[in-house]
Amino acid sequence: MAIKVRFFASLREQQPDGLSQIEAEGVLTVAQVWERATSTPLMPENVLCSVNLEHREPGEPVSDGDEVAFFPPVTGG
Amino acid sequence: MAVQLHDESFDPARLLAEFETSLPVGSFGATASFVGTMRNHNEGDSVTAMTLEHYPGMTEKQLEEVIQDARQQWNIIDALIVHRVGDILPGQPIVLTAVCSAHRAAAFDACRFLMEALKSRATFWKKETLANGESRWVEKNTPG
Repeated sequence: MAIKVRFFASLREQQPDGLSQIEAEGVLTVAQVWERATSTPLMPENVLCSVNLEHREPGEPVSDGDEVAFFPPVTGG
Repeated sequence: MAVQLHDESFDPARLLAEFETSLPVGSFGATASFVGTMRNHNEGDSVTAMTLEHYPGMTEKQLEEVIQDARQQWNIIDALIVHRVGDILPGQPIVLTAVCSAHRAAAFDACRFLMEALKSRATFWKKETLANGESRWVEKNTPG
């Protein structure tokens, strides 16, 4: 399956070689997408994630065609 | 209900007036609004500019959900959230929230809720440029 991966803000700068798409067989969790898309094996605790524009926990599964995003705590307003 | 993201500076007074005049005449008796403006200092440092990044698609969706949540908690006529993205200078508005309701309590409370909810939930990230030329990501929001 193909998963689209996006990084935002400081994470995009910290992961200059981060993959924008990964191919995988079988079920992957959000945290496993991080491991495959970055050079950082363990997803830092303060990293937030979403799947298809909805917040998700690192242990939740992703599906073929999903867009998975990783970003730091938000600071708008 | 309206959510607007602007990549250039906006006039809060004009947008607030447009919001009010978009509603039926006489349908509301109270309007509460809040404007957040970029400061020229943060955490003891002089700040000369800022870039606001967002997650297109997700951010707008979150802001619409914030307004829906306000509608469920208070009896409001309508609500508005306007937020800047892109490059911002000190003195320019960052955010406008506004609520129209029949009476003042709902307008005040819901307007405060919109601000606090968007600050904690909506996918925006600030990067400051300091007077010494360095830049840094803002890591947390001020408490209030």
